[in-house]
Amino acid sequence: MIEARELYIAPAAASRVERRALIVGVIGLILVAVGAIFRPAQFLQSYLFAYQFALGLALGSMAILMLQYLTSGDWGVVIRRTLEAAMRTLPWLAIGFLPIIAGVRELYVWARPAEAAAEGLEFREGYLNVPFFIARAIIYFAVWLAIAWRLDRWSREQDRGAALGWLKRLRRLSGPGLVIYGVTVTFAAFDWLMSLNPEWFSTIFGFLIIAGQALSATSLMILVAALLSRREPMAGVFQPRHFHDFGKVMLTFVILWAYMSFSQLLIIWAGDLPQEIPFYLPRMQSSWRWIGVALIALHFGLPFALLLSRNLKRRARSLAALAGLVLVMRVIDLFWLVAPEFRRQGLSVDWFDPVTVIGVCGVWLALFIRELKSRPMLPLRDPHLIDALSAGEQYSVNRRE
Amino acid sequence: MSRRPRYYGLMAEFDNPTAIVAATRRAYAEGYRQMDTYTPFPVEGLAEELRFHHTRVPLIVLIGGLIGCFGGFFLQLWLAGPYWPLNIGGRPLNSWPAFIPVTFELTVLCAAIAALIGMLALNGLPKPYHPVFNVPRFALASQDRFFLCIEASDPRFDRARTRDFLESLSPREVSDVES
Repeated sequence: MIEARELYIAPAAASRVERRALIVGVIGLILVAVGAIFRPAQFLQSYLFAYQFALGLALGSMAILMLQYLTSGDWGVVIRRTLEAAMRTLPWLAIGFLPIIAGVRELYVWARPAEAAAEGLEFREGYLNVPFFIARAIIYFAVWLAIAWRLDRWSREQDRGAALGWLKRLRRLSGPGLVIYGVTVTFAAFDWLMSLNPEWFSTIFGFLIIAGQALSATSLMILVAALLSRREPMAGVFQPRHFHDFGKVMLTFVILWAYMSFSQLLIIWAGDLPQEIPFYLPRMQSSWRWIGVALIALHFGLPFALLLSRNLKRRARSLAALAGLVLVMRVIDLFWLVAPEFRRQGLSVDWFDPVTVIGVCGVWLALFIRELKSRPMLPLRDPHLIDALSAGEQYSVNRRE
Repeated sequence: MSRRPRYYGLMAEFDNPTAIVAATRRAYAEGYRQMDTYTPFPVEGLAEELRFHHTRVPLIVLIGGLIGCFGGFFLQLWLAGPYWPLNIGGRPLNSWPAFIPVTFELTVLCAAIAALIGMLALNGLPKPYHPVFNVPRFALASQDRFFLCIEASDPRFDRARTRDFLESLSPREVSDVES
């Protein structure tokens, strides 16, 4: 197994995809950067949700990485390097937050003192003010980078095989790490997305974002696994039972996202209070509602119904197609969280929206593949690797194939 | 006129799970299909050797769930709308978010009931009489013995030859099962 280390480098096709993604991404970003000179407000809106999507891929991957250390299923061992690579893009994403800091007064009502006073928001100033906003962002990124650095470092030590017991350390970090992730992402979601409408509040909002991040990361890892499983060196590694597990994880997060989304709506619907409904008014009473209907149908209904099928979950190709759809819906969900705050009269899509998404995702994908290539595709010294690669259906009594 | 005693089949008794899995595999290879095994605990791999197939229970559960889902939703919609219109805090009569929890619960309830009833019906339960209990030693199937029963309805079943075959598997005992 250790001699085979050289065999588990990323396929050559990855470099091709990386180069293309980088070219497309940079062109997209240049276009919107030029556009931003003329329409900075529009650029910032588009950038905010595109950025949140990319950040969700990285943070969600970190959360799932910790989850798989805690639960230690076979699926986690074979996909660990993908999750780690996505997590290692976090330093770049920290840099990517700078435009939002630069545009904070453009994006957030509470950051414009005159308007904030006019809307009666002074009493929120203790929390919602620009210096504290920036300080909190620095804290979030510092915490995330610290956790990511530790997870990555110990995994690398395990690769070197210098000593045993790294897995135990990783596990010990992952429990508290997940709690810290939950708290920081909740506050970050309040700061960056919920405060777009400073009067509105929903305590479930943080978990809604967490479920979305986990779903994004799960879909990404399924897509990557399906693509890798088509060629060497990973062709023999991924088995139907691994995809079956990926599918179950994805179904869990689809349901979790729907549960969080609906709980928020139900509570606000039942309360019907003036400070709670402004979030839903433009989203349910204007043409934005069609995005909501699409989210119910394609972000929840269709994936939920299809993921009930055992056969679909075990086929890499069909599961990957569904994961692709869910990733698109994740972008649309974040678009739906951000855009109606600025375009309250009804559904409208600016050319900035798709181009910014393509730019941010292209550059992120290139960074992600670069990280993925930098290490062997499997944790070759993980004590559970042999079990994870064995062909048997160890846990399934009724093997039906 | 006395009727000939009808046979349900032949039953072989084994004293360990490995033996019954091997015996079932041999019987399947021999061409027997109408057979079943009786063990004191679930034996891994035995269902596969019997080629245990998909059942229709999932379909029944799905239908039960759909009935609960649509029944639950439209019950509330009909009550709150055409039948007894109630203005609740100015919300529309089709206050659909408020209907979802009950819809969800009824979906789960009807699906669960469908699963139970479907399972019992497809298993032919409750069944007060079953021929295998005519073999006195069969009581041990709930203690420490493992039984393989080849049923007379199998096209390849032949009293003498099937008995010879079962004897060749070196069981503890082979008994006739009268029906």
